Amino acid sequence: MKRKIGLAWSLGTKQKIVVIVAAVGAGFGLGFGIAHLLGGTIAYWGVVSGPFLLTLRVALPATVIAGVTGIASGYALAKGRFPGRNLLETIGSLPIILPPTVIGYYLLETLSPGTQVGGFLTRVVGHDLVYNVTGCIICSTVAAYPFCLRAARASIEGVDPRVEQAARAMGLPNWRVALSVTLPLARRGIAAGLTIGCARALGEYGATLMVGGDINGKTRTLSLAILDSFTTPERNAMLLILVLMAITAMVGVGLLGRART
Amino acid sequence: MTAALDVALTRRIGAFDLDVAFTMESGISVLFGPSGAGKSLTLALIAGLIRPDAGTVLINGRVVTDCARHIHVSTQDRRVGMVFQDGVLLPHRSALDNVALAVRQGDGRRARRAIARSWLERVGAAEFVDRRPGSLSGGQRQRVALARGLAGEPALVLLDEPLSALDAKVRGELRMLIREVIVSAGVPAVLVTHDAEEAEETGDLIIAYDDGRVTGRRVVERPTPPTGGDPPPETGASA
Repeated sequence: MKRKIGLAWSLGTKQKIVVIVAAVGAGFGLGFGIAHLLGGTIAYWGVVSGPFLLTLRVALPATVIAGVTGIASGYALAKGRFPGRNLLETIGSLPIILPPTVIGYYLLETLSPGTQVGGFLTRVVGHDLVYNVTGCIICSTVAAYPFCLRAARASIEGVDPRVEQAARAMGLPNWRVALSVTLPLARRGIAAGLTIGCARALGEYGATLMVGGDINGKTRTLSLAILDSFTTPERNAMLLILVLMAITAMVGVGLLGRART
Repeated sequence: MTAALDVALTRRIGAFDLDVAFTMESGISVLFGPSGAGKSLTLALIAGLIRPDAGTVLINGRVVTDCARHIHVSTQDRRVGMVFQDGVLLPHRSALDNVALAVRQGDGRRARRAIARSWLERVGAAEFVDRRPGSLSGGQRQRVALARGLAGEPALVLLDEPLSALDAKVRGELRMLIREVIVSAGVPAVLVTHDAEEAEETGDLIIAYDDGRVTGRRVVERPTPPTGGDPPPETGASA
């Protein structure tokens, strides 16, 4: 079968990351530029940049944490037979099924220093876990985790077991089979899960509102700032920036995802 | 003399019942029989990919499976090389990396790659060491798979219908290559096939299979190779 080589195949991993970042940056710049032309002022920057940078501060570590834990538990679910497997699967799906406010409520109950668990965790970490950036990161991690887990699990299950068998016959220990064979072969599905997880972390609203508290300059992420800006003139600039960021990011991801057909 | 492989296994999968016992010395033993006779299942049991219901497997006198004594040495520690029907190479790695991954000895990556390169040269795959499996033909992939199966200095090589996915011309070339390389490496091998011609041309011993049982065993008579004289012709890399 004749195969079509897409842009993705001519780029290395670092170049792909650069394309994504450039696409998001281009969308941000484009949206800001158009907003500036329409509004005749660039005073929106101060209103938009704070929540934007905070959102990145929250979403990036949340994606990394959700990615690592999601891939690990996706691998365990795909390969392992162990007690508590069904429980892990159920817990992993809860953030998708439950309304974000319910998740937020339970997180608040769990993380508040007044509760037993929250008090213990607060002492371990050394600072409060609610009404600050840490709380927002936890909420975004919980929101992104199931997407990373499900995509990782499905793609790991799709790896040809004979390739792994051949690697074992070569003498590779199981951890090396996982790192050198299984995960690289499942990388497309894992990358898709990370992308969706990152998008979910960027847009997290309900739980972040409850656990973060929507404190201006401290826990007001972009999605919270949008609601707050609905009565202000910045709303159009903010929405335009977000829409154009989303469009350019999706175009970038689409170009990168155009694999062999 | 210790047998290179001593197998006595039973395994039931659904309605299929495998119950086989055989021994082999050095050289290539062929498990020959129709599809569904249990040949590939036997290979998987020898490699430790599947556990038998009962029985033993000894490789060079070393017990790697003994159900009665609950001995099941892991696939990694059996020192077997495997060659599958369609190569089953790692698609994200070059031919050289595929083989280097199997090399157990050597100090560091450079030494492993040097050994891998020499194996690729031995199987006539020197021209495409840096290419990924997706850009190789079926015959080229099997050459790489053969190099990978031997590069780890295995105690036993298992070849599961390595030529069945190839066209007749390439099959003929690779038959000669497999025999030549395995015999020169001095590694005992078990090859599975349902092709009578392939069994005759590659095997020193043919073990006939049917419906999960060994139904016959025949040593293939081969002319004694002349001592001295010209070296054997090199096998080309056109496949």
